[in-house]
Amino acid sequence: MDQPSFHVSGAGALYRRAPVPTRIRSMRIKLICLLLGGLLAGSYARAQVTFPVNGVADPREGCYAFTHATIIKEAGSVLQDATLVIRDGRIVSAGTGAAIPQDAVVIDCRGKYIYPSFVDIYSDYGTELVKKSGRGYRSPPQFLSNTKGAFGWNQAIKSEVQAADIFKTDEKKAKTLRQAGFGTVLTHQQDGIARGTGALVTLADDRENKVMVQEQAAALYSFDKGSSTQNYPGSLMGAIALLRQTYLDAQWYKGRPAKEGINLSLQSWNDQQSLPQLFEAEDKWDVLRADKIGDEFGVQYIIKAHGNEYQRMPEMAATKASFILPLDFPQAVDVEDPNDARFVALSDLKEWELAPTEPAAFEKAGIPFCLTAAGMKDVKQFLGNVRKAIDYGLSEQKALDALTKAPAAFIKASDKVGTLDAGKLANFLITSGPLFEDSTILFQNWVQGQRYTINEEGWTDIRGTYTLTLTPGATYTLLVQGKPAAPSLSLVQQKDTLKGSIALDDKLVRLAFPPARGSARTLRLSGVLSGNAWSGNGLDTSGQPVKWNAVFAKAYTPKPDTAKKKTSPELGKVYYPFNGYGWESLPKQQDILVRNATVWTNEQEGKLENTDVLIRNGKIAQVGKNLPAGSARVIDGTGKHLTPGIIDEHSHIAITRGVNEGTQSVTSEVRIADVLNPDDVNIYRQLSGGVTSSHLLHGSANTIGGQTQLIKLRWGADAEALKFAGWDPFIKFALGENVKQSNWGESQRSRFPQTRMGVEQVLTDAFTRARDYEKKGAGKRRDLELDALVEILNHKRFITCHSYVQSEINMLLHVADTFGFTVNTFTHILEGYKVADKMKKHGAGASTFSDWWAYKMEVQDAIPYNASIMQRVGLTVAINSDDAEMARRLNQEAAKSVKYGDMAEEDALKMVTLNPAKLLHVADRVGSIKPGKDADVVLWSDHPLSIYAKAEKTIVDGIVYFDREHDQELRQRIAAERNRLIQKMLGEKKKGAPVKKATPTREILWNCEDMQSGHQRTLINDSDEL
Amino acid sequence: MISKNLLYIACLAGLGGGRAAAQATVYPAPPQQKPVVLTNAVIHVGNGQVIDHGSIAFAAGKITAVGAGVQGEAGAQVIDLKGQHVYPGIIAPATELGLTEVAAVRATNDYEETGELNPSVRAIVAYNTDSKVINTLRSNGILLAQTAPEGGLLSGTSSVVQLDAWNWEDAAYKADGGQHFFMPKLLPSSDPFRAAQQTPANDRVKEGLKKIEQVRTFFREAQAYISEKKHTETNLKFEALRPLFAREQKLFVHCNLVKEMLLAIDFAKEFGFEVVIVGGADSWMIADLLKQHHIAVILAQPHNLPVMQDDDVDQPYKTAAQLQKAGVLFCLSNEGFWQQRNLMFEAGTASAYGLSKEEALSAITLNTAKILGVDQRTGSLEPGKDANIAVSAGDILDMKSSKVTHAFIQGREVNLDDKHKQLYERYKYKYGLK
Repeated sequence: MDQPSFHVSGAGALYRRAPVPTRIRSMRIKLICLLLGGLLAGSYARAQVTFPVNGVADPREGCYAFTHATIIKEAGSVLQDATLVIRDGRIVSAGTGAAIPQDAVVIDCRGKYIYPSFVDIYSDYGTELVKKSGRGYRSPPQFLSNTKGAFGWNQAIKSEVQAADIFKTDEKKAKTLRQAGFGTVLTHQQDGIARGTGALVTLADDRENKVMVQEQAAALYSFDKGSSTQNYPGSLMGAIALLRQTYLDAQWYKGRPAKEGINLSLQSWNDQQSLPQLFEAEDKWDVLRADKIGDEFGVQYIIKAHGNEYQRMPEMAATKASFILPLDFPQAVDVEDPNDARFVALSDLKEWELAPTEPAAFEKAGIPFCLTAAGMKDVKQFLGNVRKAIDYGLSEQKALDALTKAPAAFIKASDKVGTLDAGKLANFLITSGPLFEDSTILFQNWVQGQRYTINEEGWTDIRGTYTLTLTPGATYTLLVQGKPAAPSLSLVQQKDTLKGSIALDDKLVRLAFPPARGSARTLRLSGVLSGNAWSGNGLDTSGQPVKWNAVFAKAYTPKPDTAKKKTSPELGKVYYPFNGYGWESLPKQQDILVRNATVWTNEQEGKLENTDVLIRNGKIAQVGKNLPAGSARVIDGTGKHLTPGIIDEHSHIAITRGVNEGTQSVTSEVRIADVLNPDDVNIYRQLSGGVTSSHLLHGSANTIGGQTQLIKLRWGADAEALKFAGWDPFIKFALGENVKQSNWGESQRSRFPQTRMGVEQVLTDAFTRARDYEKKGAGKRRDLELDALVEILNHKRFITCHSYVQSEINMLLHVADTFGFTVNTFTHILEGYKVADKMKKHGAGASTFSDWWAYKMEVQDAIPYNASIMQRVGLTVAINSDDAEMARRLNQEAAKSVKYGDMAEEDALKMVTLNPAKLLHVADRVGSIKPGKDADVVLWSDHPLSIYAKAEKTIVDGIVYFDREHDQELRQRIAAERNRLIQKMLGEKKKGAPVKKATPTREILWNCEDMQSGHQRTLINDSDEL
Repeated sequence: MISKNLLYIACLAGLGGGRAAAQATVYPAPPQQKPVVLTNAVIHVGNGQVIDHGSIAFAAGKITAVGAGVQGEAGAQVIDLKGQHVYPGIIAPATELGLTEVAAVRATNDYEETGELNPSVRAIVAYNTDSKVINTLRSNGILLAQTAPEGGLLSGTSSVVQLDAWNWEDAAYKADGGQHFFMPKLLPSSDPFRAAQQTPANDRVKEGLKKIEQVRTFFREAQAYISEKKHTETNLKFEALRPLFAREQKLFVHCNLVKEMLLAIDFAKEFGFEVVIVGGADSWMIADLLKQHHIAVILAQPHNLPVMQDDDVDQPYKTAAQLQKAGVLFCLSNEGFWQQRNLMFEAGTASAYGLSKEEALSAITLNTAKILGVDQRTGSLEPGKDANIAVSAGDILDMKSSKVTHAFIQGREVNLDDKHKQLYERYKYKYGLK
């Protein structure tokens, strides 16, 4: 213990006048029920062999027997009238016929319940990071770790951190956790991507040596670089890439490669692999991301969930992971001001309502889970939130299991904690009744055989009928009723009932009441409770002394519980995706016949009037006149136009936490595929503009950016199902002002390259390294960055390169020619018209803006005739968006080439359909209306190049993902659901529930040049951040 | 085709020097010498009226007649438009045009002065008539613009310019017609981290309200200053507000959200200003209130994403129609400067989502002129007004047919060449394309 003066010896300690810590003070009061005759558990530190004692030794075994209790050894195992025996901080026995040792202090627990104390395996108790101020956005770049010592290159890989080394007890926090019911926690420093190991510690108020029960109980990971001041990784996809590379590096390091020297981070990493592996997810999709990495490296993580996983239960089940579920349910929002409530999205409102269903959803899905108090601002609410989860469908048995046995089992500590079996730590709760009943009080939490009082009132139930005799004076019948913790007093004298008051303090009691009906005076008694016989002194109404005693006559019979039974709450539905425009159940493929439309085939047949298109099994089945519908749904296309779905070659929608890993000039190891965001409303918005596929690109902050991902806009699907299956992989490159940091401010002047000259060197160097790497033999360090470049050299991965001015375009063509690969696509390529002949000779295609210019120096020669010239020179030309808003008008952007450059209309349409399909190597699947191709089509209200055209139906794989009529219904549903939830929240506020201020739901939009926080084009986002 | 047009135009305009070969030799046209009649045209008057087989005559820079049977004066130059469409010159109502050349290059940016209260700062004196951007606008039919300062709270005065001029004095169409107030955004931070940290001291809404109060106080003091004739010390900032208090200037309040617009209305009430809201993303929510208080709206950029994820996906497209229905005087705007060349397509979209085509046209011509206070001189093709005219081969609001073949500013036939066309020609030449 921290203060040796409390290393007290013997019973005399009770009477010391030394300053008494609160804990001990509160324990004294407990005498009344414990009948200990002066010995206090917890007021001494149990002997530790190597530590010298200052004073007289006080060896104690701390043997206690808790008798006549209802003991719940573990969920589902209930023993009535049972006895729990503990000794030396461990459980000796728990059972109905257990012998009580002679040296046991017996505690009568009649009417009480005993449960295992809770176990929280996601805690930072005693290991909390002291936050230091980090680097600002404007700080100069930091390329390597600042951690001093023989550690790894990246500051976010902190495998060398051992919670056991840094753990310090913290009685204030321990007390809070104990009061919430916890006895043991797995604590770790919650900082970094690899966080080292966690230690299993109890919450006893004792020396670190004693409370630590396992030094290395688990290894922990996250996607959050935490306090690392190093630039890399600057995005979620960078964090994922770093984890992957570290797995590979650690494997490689096992061979002790001489060139690496000693790398303690990798050594620790390897040492920790046999421990349970815990991963903190910040979102339901993070769960899947983590699980995927685990699968790649043969690791099954236990996943600390975020709280919104109930929105995707089938995916959660598929991970086969065990989960740690938080209970920090969102607070209701103050929605009284409609102009503030406007900015709170339905998804937020629904999350408030549905978050408490998460544990029940996991139980229903049969997924193993435990519960954690992590993230809760007020741990006092923890048990209340467990009860709330039970109200929302969690079974009590599962709840108890998830608080005790399950977490212990997850970290292989079942031999120590989690149940009340012999040999385990004596960590248990004594409660007034069944744990999950609202009225139940936690009396005591015993940790390692030491008692910690949570609530003292009500331990002894003094309720009942007594005969009170005053001497001199009358005799009364005394009725003590109410709650055990707050008894009430009334007296019966002849036929009169008198209201009095009773107060207990320790074993002392005081009574006050009028002596007779109608009397305005009060008789006051003070005394002591000695079992069933109370006695003491007092003063009558005239101030004369009296003696009194009260003798127990009859037990209290509680009134039957008339409280209304709780009804399960009425809840809205989960939407897929979790957005106002989501589906209640995912749409199904159907056979469709579009009848009598103007069909823009993009094939030799060209534009066909009055034509039918039959869609079957997600494919175009037939194009012709008067086709038989069969069982297909018929859509009348009279007066309308059917075109292939729009394909956006350059998009940044549906990406999570960073579009650029712009912290190094070469980051070919990062993958957009890792960070798809299926919930992005922009998927739906693009569908409303006829887009069916989007090529999601890494940004343009560095020369060799990340791997891209082509998706189909299957609104409602998860990340894997969004992916365009079987496409050729691509990668984003970039040239010019962004990669040389021309517009990044004065502090960003050190990353190579700072000129277009340097850009060439970055490329040449990268491909030279890749070529050398490929030639290296066995035992080489596998390098994910170079792997991707080798794929380019071997024509297995293809480049789409952000580019503007002719010199740099020309340069890249030369680099590619030197290394023997082809630049597949130049994207943006606003000066492509100047070198279209060279691009053609090389075999490159172009994907450009229709008419953007003047926004920076390198676009001063951009012209709206660019697409037209390149097309006439013979390039495959696409028009792209790089903008979530413009993407839904790409047909109009294509039409601008009719205006500027007189392009033929069908050619113009091809620039947003067939040509991007060609550039992306998927023209055999999409881009035209031809039997056998995917049924990705759009029905337009008007000529598809006209500004007056609206996409009425957007179909992907034969599934109608956007339908203007259905959209109208969704609008009504959004309005109704918003109103229902807002009224519900107003009700909560009225009832006095805490509410939080309405803050706008954030929407992140990315474009090429964004570094940390999206392209802030929408009104609701903060404009004053980078 | 373009080059043919250019030759044609060059001859018509009497430039005589042959085709302009470079941006630098795209000259502003001299004053109209001869009366001109455009015949055989679909005339979109700008006030809703369409004359199918109409003619329009103008002389000395002014429209003299518009109608089905209009004859030109004797000696007038007659141009047979063969069914092309004639429109009032389009007006960009709020732009940094001429105040910047390359957005990312600081040295070219002259639209944002430092400081919070700059009512005496004037955009017109920085307006660069030689900006290469200007020609790319007028070749699309945008012939006038209100060029406006930005930043701070009161950022200065804007002026309406015509886009064919040697210098800013020539360009000034209506100088210093508006004061611009950039109202702070009254919205708590959406950054969850920041929101969690929010204390009353750094509450962004409170901060914003404080700044608004600062502007109010400034106006009150200015009002007091102006009502006293004699001053020992001249306050240029207050002096600059005289036209505003005299209602010779309007107060353009840049804001988007309902609470901000409610406060903008309050400014109109307290000070008697003619208030115009610029932005107005959520104006559809209080259209009736705006109408009731005679507040006009320069509606920013229909080509935008909805404010909130729950909003109707086409909300920004249809806001114009909602304002129209409520009877609010509004016009359409586009962000930025080079982007103004797409202004007519913003109107096209507004038309696809509820406005009639002629209403949509008014929203970039006559309504704009009214809001900028120049409707006596331009905005519609009516006799007596300046001959600010754009001719398009087809529907000017629809990119697939929007091709401007002639444009006249104050009767002067404008050279429609621009840097982009010149680079187009240069590379057609390189590749031997026709």
